[in-house]
Amino acid sequence: MIPELGHFALILALLVAIVQGALPLAGAAYGEPRLMALSKPAARAQFLLVVTAFACLAASFVANDFSVQNVATNSNSELPLHYRLAATWGSHEGSLLLWTLMLAGWTFAVTLFSRNLPSVLLARVIAVMGWVSVGFLLFLLFTSNPFDRLLPPAPEGRDLNPLLQDPGMVIHPPMLYMGYVGFSVAFAFAIAALLGGRLDATWARWSRPWTTVAWAFLTIGIALGSGWAYYTLGWGGWWFWDPVENASFMPWLTGTALIHSLAVTEKRGAFKSWTVLLAILAFSLSLLGTFLVRSGVLTSVHAFATDPARGVFILVFLVLVVGGSLLLFAWRAGKVGLGGIFGVVSRESTLLANNILLIVAMASVLLGTLYPLFLDALNLGKISVGPPYFDAVFYPLLAPAAFLMGIGPMARWRNASLPDLWTRLKWALGIAVAAAVILPFILGRWSPLIAAGLFLALWIVVSSVVNLRARLAASHRLGLVAKLGANSASYYGMLLAHLGVAVFIVGVTLVKGYESEQDVPLDVGQTTEVGGYAFKFLGVVPGRGPNYRALTGTVEVRKDGRLLETLTPEKRIYNASGQTMTIAAIDIGLLGDRYVSLGEPLVADAINGAWGVRIYLKPFIDWIWMGAFLMALGGFIAVCDRRYRLAIRRRTAPSAAAGAGASAD
Amino acid sequence: MSKEQALKSFRWSLPLAIFVILVAFLWVGLSRDPREVPSPLIGKPAPAFQLAKLHAPKETLATADLKGTVWLLNVWASWCVSCRVEHPLLVELAKANIVPVYGLDYKDNPDDGRAWLAQHGDPYTASIVDRDGRVGIDYGVYGVPETFLIDKAGIVRYKQIGPLTPEALKQKILPMVRELQK
Repeated sequence: MIPELGHFALILALLVAIVQGALPLAGAAYGEPRLMALSKPAARAQFLLVVTAFACLAASFVANDFSVQNVATNSNSELPLHYRLAATWGSHEGSLLLWTLMLAGWTFAVTLFSRNLPSVLLARVIAVMGWVSVGFLLFLLFTSNPFDRLLPPAPEGRDLNPLLQDPGMVIHPPMLYMGYVGFSVAFAFAIAALLGGRLDATWARWSRPWTTVAWAFLTIGIALGSGWAYYTLGWGGWWFWDPVENASFMPWLTGTALIHSLAVTEKRGAFKSWTVLLAILAFSLSLLGTFLVRSGVLTSVHAFATDPARGVFILVFLVLVVGGSLLLFAWRAGKVGLGGIFGVVSRESTLLANNILLIVAMASVLLGTLYPLFLDALNLGKISVGPPYFDAVFYPLLAPAAFLMGIGPMARWRNASLPDLWTRLKWALGIAVAAAVILPFILGRWSPLIAAGLFLALWIVVSSVVNLRARLAASHRLGLVAKLGANSASYYGMLLAHLGVAVFIVGVTLVKGYESEQDVPLDVGQTTEVGGYAFKFLGVVPGRGPNYRALTGTVEVRKDGRLLETLTPEKRIYNASGQTMTIAAIDIGLLGDRYVSLGEPLVADAINGAWGVRIYLKPFIDWIWMGAFLMALGGFIAVCDRRYRLAIRRRTAPSAAAGAGASAD
Repeated sequence: MSKEQALKSFRWSLPLAIFVILVAFLWVGLSRDPREVPSPLIGKPAPAFQLAKLHAPKETLATADLKGTVWLLNVWASWCVSCRVEHPLLVELAKANIVPVYGLDYKDNPDDGRAWLAQHGDPYTASIVDRDGRVGIDYGVYGVPETFLIDKAGIVRYKQIGPLTPEALKQKILPMVRELQK
């Protein structure tokens, strides 16, 4: 009964989404306010229906209803409750339902925070999101129904993939999807602007907070995924350039370019058509990611549910959404104008350069991901693209982008002078260079790459401090607190996010430069030394989890004879699937992790015999994720800016006159 | 339309044009399964090689040494994430002692390769190092992992692209192995 209710709710949601897509759009075209007014209630009704469907599926998982195919394939009665809930989005069907839920949720949010939007724009934005939702609901209902029954019911479920039975995996997909789907708002704003022919600073101000929030969620989602790979794959890596990782990274790079380009469009009215293109691209890449993951055109460990019929559907959908919007772009972008003029040295030009670097980086990731596919399609041969390609292409592109982060915020809008920038930044440059040259000696080993990485991080930090000081000095208020309060939240958000990039660079540089590892056979009671730490292996004991059997090893970590930590890495065998999992044990520290994972038993007697034990020292690795969270936090702080909450009066923004077209607000 | 106008409208259409090309490739890609590209090698002699062993760099292994046995060549690398998916299956296969599996450590740093095997178990009768990927090219290695079945006369009989699955092993490879070993 409950699965049927869910199925029925999905069908109703589809019908409502069609109304939400069609009528407000017609209303906006013919200037019919009653049709436009339908957009809000339709979007809210759709949200309610999708929530109902999602709750029904979750209820089936919680109740172990193995007569539902999806539950029987992805759950098990031994699976703990929180993983049964997470299993709701652990399968292909469930994750698509989660996607649809997020989309409906974002649309619902737009209906809540849109009091200041002109009704024509709002109607168009919600309608565009409605059409996207129609696509996903059709996809769910016709190719991937999560409520399909299984007759006769299975006596027991096949269990959730053990790789997904992990706290990180419980929240990673929702965060990632919040980001992916969040770009649909920016996308809908862009399409609405192209339809209305109105694209100005106010438009940018409306779409900016949505984009920033989506970007922040995507940042967290990617960071969680990378952290999960670090501690569950058991070999201490944090990024593998796997097609699925790339699929989430491409929208992130484009989204990063978009939030910067939106800033220019808001402040200076420039980059208009470029901003619109980026908004279309960011969401298109989210859809492309879905296509790549779900269609099986590329081999990847993540692509566990693939089916060519689904691939055809998503490709057609992709053609309609992306092709349609790019066609609209080709037709209308010329009419929205280019906006403000700026000099060769100006904040605009640094942001433009940063945008180009980010997009070229995105294109190189795209090329690397699809290259095997291209060559195969052209019958040109067989090739695999591995991390060496990405490393070679990526660092040279992102290093100048990081360098520009120091200059951009200091440069004046419109026209900056190089001598002036030099005067203001020469000390920052000097300090960063000096510290970057000296620090590696203190840390242990000097290499040009370590010095270069540290330089970029220090440069970002020191130039941000210089920037903040200049801002505070320029304020006429008295007292530090008042001076600090004179700057906007979005300014502090920007500083924090940039600081996050610096922290991230420190993590990547130092872990690459100074990590050490040892792979040793250890008898019970034997000790090995890695990088000044003594690791003593005390043997393994068999144990039992709710749905697995485990062998748990004990390793004592000592430094100078003092016991620091007792680590317990595990090998698990899951009952239902028979799959094994390696659970690493990590002693986390601000200055570095000590990471131990079990290899294989070296003798037949696994309990009393020697084991292959893998030990890593990962200096500063947690800075990678700390940096990502700081970036996201910066994003969240930036959207708290007062100006987004103030009733938006018509101001004489730099380009309001240029773009004001047919729309009436 | 003036030349300048034409140039402008071309500029706005450029993203669309790129997208159309991309879609064409994705469309072709859909009709192909990356795991089941027929190999032109099947039915032909396995390309000869003589490479250093991973665990004994001074010794080499050559295809000629394996004449008269049925063997599997598994292409793997420590950087290959999908290899970890099939690895437990290979370990199991090695325990069953049905057919010798030789590993080709493809475009890999030998230290990383050895560490990876110590971590995940070594199912290989021997692994050989194909550091620059030359032998991989001869074998048309398309995506790692790949597995080749080679008969007593040195002829390639089967090729699996992507991770080995229990089904492929039980239904295709092992029956062929038994047939060829007769």
